[in-house]
Amino acid sequence: MKASLSWLKTYVPIHMDASELAEALTMVGLEVESVADRFDFMKDVRVGRVTQVRPHPNAETLQVCHVDTRGRTLTVVCGAPNVKSGMVSAVALPGTRFPNGTVLRDAAIRGIVSEGMLCSEKELGLGDDASGILELDPSFESGKGLAEVLHLSDPVFEISVTPNRPDCLGLMGIAREIAGIQRVRLIYPDAAIREGEDRISRFSSVRIEAPDHCPRYAARLVFDVTVGPSPFWLQDRLWSVGLRPINNIVDITNFILMESGQPLHAFDYDRLAEHRIVVKTAREGDRFVTLDGKERLLGADTLMICDGEKEVAVAGIMGGLNSEISETTTRVFIESAYFNPVSIRRTAKRLGIATEASHRFERGVDPEGVLYAVNRAALLMAETAGGRIIDGWIDAHPKPAPKQEIVVSLSRANRLLGTRFTQENVKTLLESIEFSAVPQDEDRLRVSVPSFRVDVTRPEDLMEEAARLAGYQHIPVTFPSLPVVRKRSWGPLQLRGSIRRWLAGFGFLEAVNYSFIHRNFDDRLGLPENDFRRRTVEILNPISDEQSRMRTTLVPGLLGTLQRNLAQQIRSLRLFETGKVYLPQEADLLPRETEMLALLWTGHRFESGWYGKETPCDFFDMKGAVEGLLKALGRREIETAPLPADSCAYLKPGVSATLRIDDRNVGWLGEMRRRALDPFDIHQPVFVAELDLDALLPLIPRSRKAEPISRFPGVTRDFTLIVDKTVPAGDILQCVTDAGEKWVETVHLFDVFEKEPIPQGKKSVSFRVTYRSKKRTLEDKEVTRVHQKISELLLKTFDAALPE
Amino acid sequence: MDTIQDIQEQAFKELEAASDADAVRALSVRYLGRKGIVTQLLRSVSTRPPDERASFGKRANALKNRLNEAFETALKRLEVSLEGREDHVDVTLPGRTPPVGALHPITQVMDEICDIFSKMGFDVVEGPEVESDYYNFEALNIPKDHPARDMQDTFYVSDAVVLRTHTSPVQIRTMEHKEPPVRVIVPGKVFRCDSDITHTPMFHQVEGLLVDDGVSFGDLKGTLTAFVHQIFDEKTALRFRPSFFPFTEPSAEVDIVCVMCRGKGCRVCSHTGWLEILGSGMVHPALFEKVGYDPDRYTGFAFGMGVERIAMLKYGIDDIRKFFENNARFLMQF
Repeated sequence: MKASLSWLKTYVPIHMDASELAEALTMVGLEVESVADRFDFMKDVRVGRVTQVRPHPNAETLQVCHVDTRGRTLTVVCGAPNVKSGMVSAVALPGTRFPNGTVLRDAAIRGIVSEGMLCSEKELGLGDDASGILELDPSFESGKGLAEVLHLSDPVFEISVTPNRPDCLGLMGIAREIAGIQRVRLIYPDAAIREGEDRISRFSSVRIEAPDHCPRYAARLVFDVTVGPSPFWLQDRLWSVGLRPINNIVDITNFILMESGQPLHAFDYDRLAEHRIVVKTAREGDRFVTLDGKERLLGADTLMICDGEKEVAVAGIMGGLNSEISETTTRVFIESAYFNPVSIRRTAKRLGIATEASHRFERGVDPEGVLYAVNRAALLMAETAGGRIIDGWIDAHPKPAPKQEIVVSLSRANRLLGTRFTQENVKTLLESIEFSAVPQDEDRLRVSVPSFRVDVTRPEDLMEEAARLAGYQHIPVTFPSLPVVRKRSWGPLQLRGSIRRWLAGFGFLEAVNYSFIHRNFDDRLGLPENDFRRRTVEILNPISDEQSRMRTTLVPGLLGTLQRNLAQQIRSLRLFETGKVYLPQEADLLPRETEMLALLWTGHRFESGWYGKETPCDFFDMKGAVEGLLKALGRREIETAPLPADSCAYLKPGVSATLRIDDRNVGWLGEMRRRALDPFDIHQPVFVAELDLDALLPLIPRSRKAEPISRFPGVTRDFTLIVDKTVPAGDILQCVTDAGEKWVETVHLFDVFEKEPIPQGKKSVSFRVTYRSKKRTLEDKEVTRVHQKISELLLKTFDAALPE
Repeated sequence: MDTIQDIQEQAFKELEAASDADAVRALSVRYLGRKGIVTQLLRSVSTRPPDERASFGKRANALKNRLNEAFETALKRLEVSLEGREDHVDVTLPGRTPPVGALHPITQVMDEICDIFSKMGFDVVEGPEVESDYYNFEALNIPKDHPARDMQDTFYVSDAVVLRTHTSPVQIRTMEHKEPPVRVIVPGKVFRCDSDITHTPMFHQVEGLLVDDGVSFGDLKGTLTAFVHQIFDEKTALRFRPSFFPFTEPSAEVDIVCVMCRGKGCRVCSHTGWLEILGSGMVHPALFEKVGYDPDRYTGFAFGMGVERIAMLKYGIDDIRKFFENNARFLMQF
């Protein structure tokens, strides 16, 4: 909402300067977003003295002038009849943006470059006169700024009005707040009409067939108007708030809209069939052409303004082409109504139109303000368009709104706010903005709410009024008394935090990607038709294809991150992300949201340095990171098994595995398939892991118990077995662990070898077992016996051989 | 008697001649080892006549200690000079740095916010990101067809389901399950249909809610003042100004003095000197009615803040989209 200082001053004397006023408005809840002077555009409009005028060599109607702007003489092409040597006028320099929106450019006019433009009153938005260039007082010093010599200044405030304050969608509402701040009275413009005997009923009538949608409809008639341009003062007001003048009748309705917040509509009385108005809802599927020339499809709850035969306007939103004011209009029917906010909002949304009128009706105009607005408009039409007001008015008012009265308890107000207001304080504050308050007893005030404050319905609303008018800054700062926390919260959040810190410690960078993914992410990843990840939560109104579905895996997000980094020549990356995936559930309204952890590793394992060459990362780097993380969290055992075919189509079969803890699936890891990387323009090996944190976290021990450390020495023995290449090393290790020998402390696999001299189809696996007792030093002999036993078990179990 | 003296002289003479650590170690074994000369001397105490035993033992022990000390000193001296000569490295060569990862700046700021409130006794809770229209709007006093719905551009999943536009639905979810006193903060992702230099379609918020007997607007001011002073610094001035949220009454925006220009006015604060960082207010009685709290007994306050905004101010980041590009060089800075 725009409001200029000069316009505001017509309703309230203002003692503050622009920045003080902006601050004061902001602190009562009308946030001033910016203040700009209307005449700022004149910074490059100067006083110029015309020193020479000669005819343009290539154009009969143009002259070429020399204009002195103190020290610099400009060559200016001018077509004004009144230009003459020696006169002082206003010259705009290139770059100037005039109030009508045009920007002055450095241009050659019929072959002569004009270094500026001599301006008329109208071009500068200073008046109506366009007949010639401005003639200024010859004593003005050339080169000075025009705004400076004419003392032109009018700050315009851009105010962000919250949806609860439709009363401030008119300048008078803002002025009322200023009056409250300054404790002065608001000046209401005169809207009293000297009435004769009622004659309007002879000319027109209004029937409301949908009173729920239209609780009130008032009207006036003004005859014998001459439609034409508005007087300068009126145009100037509209310009000042960014509206474009159209003609005097329409301009007056817009002026009243901006002044009071009450939208008006002017119909051409002679184009209303039977000269009457019927307010009713449309039939589903009806069509109507609005003022902007567009055909609109109406619904059964669309409120329409009709004449005796047809629709003439979409109520509260936009008029129709068929009853528009035109140059030939002489008789005007002025509508001033109160429409149901919900009805107008639904229709505006349905038709996809938002107008100054609908914006106000949706929020709720002042139901008691309709007569004031229509009277004021009629008076202005009589004054500026030469019209004659027909005596009497129409006021169809089938549903009067009850007067709002609220009882507010002072002790409760003070308890809520932490203040020590007295009844008198609150009464004064409320009355400063036209509420009235009467003490009911020692504690309570009975407050009657002015009709324009549609937002005030509860005692708490009045408490807010008192607080904001007194100033939030004057409410004492206190601290809540906080009881001691009895339960320590410990849960997924804390564990996620420690996972993130461990991974950062392992050298991984944390990424945060959007929860949306690309419309085609599933095809890109090559997911089979029945893959659960294909079933997603879809956004009805996405910003783009890239952000149109909710993710079911974090992998595409990390690949996108990698893609952007590759574009920046960052080829080695270790990334992780934690976040939700969204899995739609057949029976539930909301999807299941599962917290996932995903890791990505690509490029090198170690950076090259003076001490060694760069080594590319592989599957076991990723696996090691996952194992390290689980170890850090206190889970030592994790089982990996080859990933079942098609369970994760974007991972390479043979280089991918499931992760299990305590026989529960917690995730998978592996190398990305090339075809799933292609869509991301990634052409290097990428390893990923995904862990379901909701499944994993319950398996993480919440507390740890210390085990006594044996103080006796351990004995180590190495094994080397020749086994079939297909025997998983993990099975061998597991077999040693499962052998049930209590002295076995650790089993460490240190070599796998498949080439000569190992026979084809075989491999050698070497590992070291550490034996230790908690009670005593083990003797060589007994260790050898156990080792022998395990060795035999392995040879038998895996059909293995010892090396020769 | 003379034996001890002789052994000592002999030992020191040999030590002087020892030119490297190995020679000293060999000497040490020769004299003090298990079968060493001095060890044997000590063992022979019992073979001495009874009246000599005590003094002989004492002197033998003293010899052992003296030699032990002498050998160790010599060893240290020799090792130091040796290392100095042979193990010379160029200490200016870069070290083998373990790879250094980083937490995302959003995570760090979110953790910091949560820590501050945790220490004030707030419990950290979460809620769903795909949310029903009821929790995201209705229950928060934002009915259908209300202009307040325009305050947030909403992503819709269906008529009844949205991507939550704020963390406020968790206020309702929390109060539905717990009787006062309630003291929670809610970190999480939120979504709005908006994208430019200051808006991303997804961002993070932290919501706070405190409900108890006799909680006042003054308490809200105190709590948030303490928060701002901790997350920025104690010199950061702040102001509370009236605003509107359908689920609080009275409502307040919290502005802090621009951290870039300290209030003088700059591009970051659109020349106002102030930056909006928090929305807050006293819980609207309509919410208490919805969750079945007694509005005559309980009052409370709620607040919500954008994590990205605070991170941008703290780290001096001018484009919110940087957070979601995840450029490694960007992330490494935090």
